[in-house]
Amino acid sequence: MAQIPQLEKIASQVRRDIVRMVHAVNSGHPGGSLGCTEYFVALFNHVMRQSPEPFDMDGQNQDLFFLSNGHISPVYYSTLSRSGYFPTEELSTFRKIDSRLQGHPTTHEGLPGVRIASGSLGQGMSVAIGAALAKKQNGDDRLVYSLHGDGELQEGQIWEAALFAPGHKVDNLICTVDANGQQIDGSTDSVMPLGDIGAKFLAFGWEVMTIEKGNDMATVVEGLEKAKSLTGNGKPVMVIMHTEMGAGVDFMEGTHEWHGIAPNDEQLAEALNQLEETLGDY
Amino acid sequence: MNAYTNSGSKDTRSGFGAGLLELGRTNPNVIGLCADLTGSLKMNAFRDEFPDRFYQVGIAEANMMGIAAGLTIGGKIPFTGTFANFSTGRVYDQIRQSIAYSGKNVKICASHSGLTLGEDGATHQILEDLGLMKMLPGMTVINTCDFNQTKAATLAIADYEGPVYLRFGRPKVPNFTAEDQKFEIGKAVILTEGSDVTIAATGHLVWQALEAAQALASEGISAEVINFHTIKPLDEEALLNSIGKTGCLVSAEEHQKFGGLGESLAGVLSQKQPTPQEYVAVNDSFGESGKPADLLVKYGLDAKNIVAAAKRALERK
Repeated sequence: MAQIPQLEKIASQVRRDIVRMVHAVNSGHPGGSLGCTEYFVALFNHVMRQSPEPFDMDGQNQDLFFLSNGHISPVYYSTLSRSGYFPTEELSTFRKIDSRLQGHPTTHEGLPGVRIASGSLGQGMSVAIGAALAKKQNGDDRLVYSLHGDGELQEGQIWEAALFAPGHKVDNLICTVDANGQQIDGSTDSVMPLGDIGAKFLAFGWEVMTIEKGNDMATVVEGLEKAKSLTGNGKPVMVIMHTEMGAGVDFMEGTHEWHGIAPNDEQLAEALNQLEETLGDY
Repeated sequence: MNAYTNSGSKDTRSGFGAGLLELGRTNPNVIGLCADLTGSLKMNAFRDEFPDRFYQVGIAEANMMGIAAGLTIGGKIPFTGTFANFSTGRVYDQIRQSIAYSGKNVKICASHSGLTLGEDGATHQILEDLGLMKMLPGMTVINTCDFNQTKAATLAIADYEGPVYLRFGRPKVPNFTAEDQKFEIGKAVILTEGSDVTIAATGHLVWQALEAAQALASEGISAEVINFHTIKPLDEEALLNSIGKTGCLVSAEEHQKFGGLGESLAGVLSQKQPTPQEYVAVNDSFGESGKPADLLVKYGLDAKNIVAAAKRALERK
């Protein structure tokens, strides 16, 4: 289990991977990826009880993770690779033809670590619930994690799932919302105000907690460990995690502008100047 | 020609319910999910005997499809139950991404398909579901003809690894296939052999096709009736062998002409053996309220219309 300084080193390398991957193909989603880097690194290197090998689809006696907002695939792929799921060289195939690293994650090409396709939003919470129910059916006491965008909460299926999980006491489930307040067309407040997300889930019967500084590694680790301690009490757990879209690259921070565009050559150089190469570039 | 006897009319959905109950007793991985239609889907017996393996999801079909996909991760075999309309059109993107593209072993079981759900009318009478589902890569599409076959198909799809759409219906219809039949996915069943015209039917119209064949026989026309219970993968060999004998085809289905069995058959024939074909299907329209039998007549799907189509096909040889 990696400790905070090591996790921060991994995070710096993951951020380099993210900007290099999207730059190489001039497409992809760097903003949300950078904002969720601490979450992913903490999850796969400290919080979750899982091992990359041998990877199988059923994942029995492993903690499982589902990415519902599939467009932040760069941070997912980089983290999986830096956690031993597949060789880091493969990151260079992102979004290219014949790659296992599709624009949005898929099981279709057999990439280790991915157990569901995502990209069309709003579906991952239901899938995570199903996987959590299977664990209960199998007498498997491991946990299921999922990540969702805040804009994604505008999808109706999320609220079907939000009703189901407390109703069926799915208490081996920790869902996290990346509350960065941004979506493609602008701020979430300007596109479709979400109101008090925590209060909504609380009213639905969830155990709700907040991570205020979602881009501070120690805070994220502490928050996710606390979330774990809340499982097993008859309620699903919802973590509202406040992050900064584009975190770690100053000119990408705090705006929706970098949701789905790639940096040019100069911007890449500027970004990499701000991110230490800690584990070796792919 | 072979004679078939109705051993007592039953609804195909009860065949599903009976099959699911048997699976509950024989396969511990089988899980039932239903969206507030447990009685209509005949899933009560499974629910009552295996309450820990049954999930009531409420009126939330999209969530049901996602949960089903998730349950497969861990080796479960989920059977979802709701009306055909809510099993397909309402949740198409969920099926496409979380089940089909993700290659999940989900069995999507759909009752009240087609016109014969009757009085509820066009909002519920989906006539596009076969087309929607057959277009999804990797999806197996089955439309059974009676109680016994629906039960056999329900058992068979549990042993098959991969996503399946199983379509059945509401009304009581003749039960005429063998009680102990082995259901082979993708293998069409020749019900009666003939030499003048092939009638390829699916679902509730298989019985109508048998009645039509009898009427044709009384006029000296020899019809071969084939039950294409599996729309995808399609049994091309059975089709081509039959057409090799008869030289013309009638397709019969309780579905839109566009996207249905007839279109799949035509696709094979146009490439391998161009053949005169007549369609017995709904022709680009919605249904309406009414008694099932009356609706089949009004929309041209009954035995009489199959006879007329057979004669048209014969003339075009």
